[in-house]
Amino acid sequence: MSDASLQELADHLAEKQPDMLAGHSIAFGELTVEIAAADAPRVFEFLRADRTTRFSTLIDITAVDYPQREKRFDLVWHLLSMYRNHRIRVKAQVRADEIVPSITGIFPAADWYEREVFDMFGIFFSGHGDLRRILTDYGFRGHPLRKDFPTTGYTEVRYDEALKRVVYEPVKLTQEYRQFDFMSPWEGAEYVLPGDEKAEAQK
Amino acid sequence: MMDGAKYDDGSTDFETGEQKIRNFNINFGPQHPAAHGVLRLVLELDGEIVERCDPHIGLLHRGTEKLMESRTYLQNLPYFDRLDYVGTMNQEHAWCLVIEKLTGTPVPRRASLIRVLYCEIGRILNHLLNVTTQAMDVGALTPPLWGFEEREKLMVFYERACGARLHAAYFRPGGVHQDLPPALIDDIEAWCDPFLKVLEDIDNLLTENRIFKQRNVDIGVVTEEDIQDWAFSGVMVRGSGLAWDLRRAQPYELYDEFDFQIPVGKNGDCYDRYLCRMAEMRESVEIMRQACKKLREPEGQGSIMHRGKISPPPRTEMKTSMEALIHHFKLYTEGFHVPEGEVYAAVEAPKGEFGVYLVADGTNKPYRAKLRAPGFPHLQAMDYICTGHQLADVSAILGSLDIVFGEVDR
Repeated sequence: MSDASLQELADHLAEKQPDMLAGHSIAFGELTVEIAAADAPRVFEFLRADRTTRFSTLIDITAVDYPQREKRFDLVWHLLSMYRNHRIRVKAQVRADEIVPSITGIFPAADWYEREVFDMFGIFFSGHGDLRRILTDYGFRGHPLRKDFPTTGYTEVRYDEALKRVVYEPVKLTQEYRQFDFMSPWEGAEYVLPGDEKAEAQK
Repeated sequence: MMDGAKYDDGSTDFETGEQKIRNFNINFGPQHPAAHGVLRLVLELDGEIVERCDPHIGLLHRGTEKLMESRTYLQNLPYFDRLDYVGTMNQEHAWCLVIEKLTGTPVPRRASLIRVLYCEIGRILNHLLNVTTQAMDVGALTPPLWGFEEREKLMVFYERACGARLHAAYFRPGGVHQDLPPALIDDIEAWCDPFLKVLEDIDNLLTENRIFKQRNVDIGVVTEEDIQDWAFSGVMVRGSGLAWDLRRAQPYELYDEFDFQIPVGKNGDCYDRYLCRMAEMRESVEIMRQACKKLREPEGQGSIMHRGKISPPPRTEMKTSMEALIHHFKLYTEGFHVPEGEVYAAVEAPKGEFGVYLVADGTNKPYRAKLRAPGFPHLQAMDYICTGHQLADVSAILGSLDIVFGEVDR
């Protein structure tokens, strides 16, 4: 899709919904629109119903975690219009304790996507009705895709021959989890390289 | 109803003479052969009619997205084979496209043609598996035996191109890993005609089969509105009469050069989806033929990899050039850096729209990668589609949705 037609689409949105759009950008042939999370149902209602946009398919809902930010999460929706043949990305910044209104009333397909975001990031959706965990184990604790959740997790399971059942135990690593630092010492290293102490002092 | 009322013990109400009957809850899977992997369905049945269907997924959840955040871009590529393990290269394709989009890497023409060729092989692999095992779900035993023979031949083509039958890791950012030998292109082309004959045999076995039609016609009907509500893609859309195909609507790679039809169904039931898949296989064969032809043309010759920062140098160059050797070493240890930004790239995978949303922070690892699997929204609609159908139809519908748990659970 050309940038000109994306700009046209962005202008149309800005004209029709000036109070809701916090900003927009066009990069790599994709249009990204920023909104406030509380406006989500109204925005999606409009995007789906409007004749020009007619975003009929909810492609995806996901989140991105930025732990250092005050508003920790980016909540990202992807929409597609099969009728107008264009796509849009809608983003909203969300605090960890914020409750986002669900859009299951507008796109029934949002049901599992919101469950997944809740499962993986711990973002709550109000008005969802069935916000259970979806991908993780029954009785799982924590939200795996948060950046402060270790890749190994906290528990591991095995079948116990004596107890004749599956048991949960804290993770025991027989060797340290392999996190090699491959970053180029010329570009990426944030520590002092061995034998390179003098170079720092000279600066 | 499940309100704690007593079991139906055959006693009748004194005044009305009615028996009290409760709904029946059953577990379908996770070890059921028609569950296509590890799906647990909690079904609430009123007699033989499904009242509610609650899929419990995640039994194959391996945390791919989390793992990807601690690996380099190239190390992440093989994870895509392990998502939908039936049409593997189609998913690698999405990952390559998303990286190429962000880095602005052009793909040489020959690599592009090879990608198209192998994507279509993947589509046939997938549809053969789906059509024949769906037939098995509704009672036919022969089709899988016939279909798997052809799949075996196709996997040999996979093996001859990249050394692996399933987990290929063949598409790389900037091209494909190795060039195809001319004999392989000849063999792929020679495979096309006999395959159409096999397809015809399967066609004769199923299309007008009375039992197959009884089990599939008017089962699991999907309307245009359902498609929009439940975010369907791929055959789930085309089976209902919408000619939506990303290869045509938003062409990627060289698909706009190829001449092919987009088959659509009329009624949106399981039977039309079956017909669509059969027709799509014939179209894929057509594309494969064209790709083989183009691969032999003079314009189809040349490099199979865009040589630059994100791809390895040729082996011969490494023997003489120190820079090439350093580049090779750094590429396979540190990996390449992808500029900051976020992109979404989608391909028409055999099951529907497979997309990758990549957030890059300028290092050698993705900050966040979200895999949009087509099976996920399809399975979500199980409750909607199955409600009101009979228990026996559940496996027919599940088969026709084309679910593979590698991609649903990720």
